[in-house]
Amino acid sequence: MGALKNKTKTKSQNPPPRKKLKKVLIANEPEKEDLLSDSDGMGEVEEHEESDEEELEFNSDLDVSSDGDDPFADDILKGSGDDEGSDVDSDSDSDASDIETKARAIDEENARVEEEAEAELQLNIKEEADEFQLPTKEELEEEVHRPPDLSNLQRRIKEIVRVLSNFKSLRQDGATRKDYVDQLKLDLSSYYGYNEFLIEALVEMFPIVELMELIEAFEKPRPISLRTNTLKTRRRDLAGVLLNRGVNLDPLSKWSKVGLVVYDSQVPIGATPEYMAGYYMLQSASSFLPVMALAPQEKERIVDMAAAPGGKTTYIAALMKNSGIIYANEMKESRLKSLTANLHRMGVTNTIVCNYDGRELTKVLGNNTVDRVLLDAPCSGTGVISKDESVKTSKSALDIQNCAHLQKQLILAAIDMVDANSKSGGYIVYSTCSIMVAENEAVIDYALKKRDVKLVPCGLDFGRPGFIRFREHRFHTSLEKTRRFYPHVHNMDGFFVAKLKKMSNSKQTPNPYEPSEEVEQGPELMESNGQNNGDGDIHQHSKKKEVAKEHRKLINGSTKGGKGENPPVMEKRTKRKRPSREEIARIREEKRQALREAKSKGKRNGGTVD
Amino acid sequence: MRPLDEKETTLVFDKLYKILGNNLQKVVMENPSHEGPDQNPGHYCFRLQKNRVYYVSESLVKRATNIKREKLVSMGTQIGKFTKGDKFHLTIQGLNLLAAHAKHKVWLKPTSEMSFLYGNSVLKGGLGRITENIQVNDGVVVYSMADVPLGFGVAAKSTQDCRKMDPNGIVVHHHADIGEYLRMEDEL
Repeated sequence: MGALKNKTKTKSQNPPPRKKLKKVLIANEPEKEDLLSDSDGMGEVEEHEESDEEELEFNSDLDVSSDGDDPFADDILKGSGDDEGSDVDSDSDSDASDIETKARAIDEENARVEEEAEAELQLNIKEEADEFQLPTKEELEEEVHRPPDLSNLQRRIKEIVRVLSNFKSLRQDGATRKDYVDQLKLDLSSYYGYNEFLIEALVEMFPIVELMELIEAFEKPRPISLRTNTLKTRRRDLAGVLLNRGVNLDPLSKWSKVGLVVYDSQVPIGATPEYMAGYYMLQSASSFLPVMALAPQEKERIVDMAAAPGGKTTYIAALMKNSGIIYANEMKESRLKSLTANLHRMGVTNTIVCNYDGRELTKVLGNNTVDRVLLDAPCSGTGVISKDESVKTSKSALDIQNCAHLQKQLILAAIDMVDANSKSGGYIVYSTCSIMVAENEAVIDYALKKRDVKLVPCGLDFGRPGFIRFREHRFHTSLEKTRRFYPHVHNMDGFFVAKLKKMSNSKQTPNPYEPSEEVEQGPELMESNGQNNGDGDIHQHSKKKEVAKEHRKLINGSTKGGKGENPPVMEKRTKRKRPSREEIARIREEKRQALREAKSKGKRNGGTVD
Repeated sequence: MRPLDEKETTLVFDKLYKILGNNLQKVVMENPSHEGPDQNPGHYCFRLQKNRVYYVSESLVKRATNIKREKLVSMGTQIGKFTKGDKFHLTIQGLNLLAAHAKHKVWLKPTSEMSFLYGNSVLKGGLGRITENIQVNDGVVVYSMADVPLGFGVAAKSTQDCRKMDPNGIVVHHHADIGEYLRMEDEL
């Protein structure tokens, strides 16, 4: 019985002390306040003290708690508790006034410390901001000799971005925005491995923060995606089969009914029996877009001008359900094998594969013969840097210019092949895997000027509209219907898609081309005015000959009396009925005769005709 | 591109008859083709281009005539090619066509699929199902258990003999399989 009682006692004693600990703690404060109720400050100070004590000395928690004059607590926390309690008690009882002054002093100290701390904080902030100075010339020279210090570069890049985002307040005195941007360009090219030209181009196209996002996105690969071959299976079934094989996949996005994205896979995704049987094709998400924009209908005639390795061609065939006819053209012989292999593997039967230069296709297939053309033009590849790092260093302004020139020729050939009067078609889709304006908007603008086509919406509303103006270029306003895709925004490779509708089969633009303030148009217009005022026919003809020659290089089709780029000349022409080919040849012969005669006359007279 | 002449036609049809049997007539004459932009379905025909034989819709053939011989690479479906010794072999690109009209079929167990796709012949132990009335030297199309066509070959044993064979005997000699798209892309 006694033992039991003891046990119960101990038991009952154990929880109560804990509770009493709390009670004591809470009790302490009001008690203290009662004792020293002279000023609030002192109470606060006491609390501070207590809390400090609690924080600093966990062991003495028990001691602190036993400060409360609680007899029960003393049972467990005997000796030391008693002593301390008595000490504090004696202090508080006798030295009340001392504590007051002490408390006031401590209070003032605290206030002072706080002020100093704030001041220091401000100082630190200022110092940090001022800390970032642009490196001086000597420092830069030093850096060139030393091996690149990556962490230093990265820090400097971040600092410059921060300064540029809040330029007015964070700038260094005497440093212009240009200095910061130049230093940033240098740092970016050495940190990420770009050449000067490419960094320059990117800085012109994007604001600084977005530029950083883009560059970071180029460092990482895009997710692997595949496209279900609807000629042989459905996405649901294919997904089921692949999941059974151990592939972790998901539908690609809501804009595609045939796309799947692969997160990881236990089997090689490019070597499953389903792949070999042609149930799917490994294709990046951005490559779906031009075919979706093209929207081929059944029983149409389609041309794919740069078809290898055949991802887009097979998608077109699947959309057409193997009806109609596709001409798949590829210039490079080495890529033809993969094109034919893919076509046969995927079960495409409506395709003819040929090996021409795209610019020659009008000769082979004739003008105005097909319903739709897809031109996925060869480009500099600046949008797929995540797949091919060599693009960072290998592209120069000349490369871009060459690509643009080729693309302009190809797009004119593409437009010429399409039949504007086709019942269901009359569309050209132009796409590149590049983000350079010279290869994208500039080429479309050129096509708008040279042929009777207009831009129509692609149907890809989730992309960004193309540029209407860029640096010194001014493009036609309808270029906002083109779409740009970026890795940091859409998680796809950089891509550009434009859809054109051919309005008529003529090779002249009936409406004078509008809002360009480019320098090119100026002298031409002036020339034409001069010609009209002058001798008229002969000069016009010589000008037309030049123009005709230029265009014969581009297109080997027949020109209908030359191209009128000069508005006054064009207006005259549209009012006249177009003469037939024989008449044109006759007129030309006559004019040539006249020229020869005039030349010989001029020589006799000792002057020049022109 | 030119149509096949007499000798070539006999060679091609012989090989096709081995696999297709009486369906050969259906394939050659009566298969309606929806390719080409014309409204009415046309027929298929065979064309020879650079020693390869293609099974093409007539509407495609018409439109391929203006492509130069050196520049024309492929049309429709390739079904086989002529070797230097003027023998005709069926190739894997024609599998879709053959599988659709095949007379004799063989189904493989999942465990032996990969072996066949590497170019090995079919062993008795890998056999899942087999159609009746296969004789020796008949053309056979090989499927997986999920009815995915994997390739084709020539029967080494008749169906009756197959039943009595030991598990390591060859049942179907390998001729072509879809693994060739990965293994031998250059030689296709």
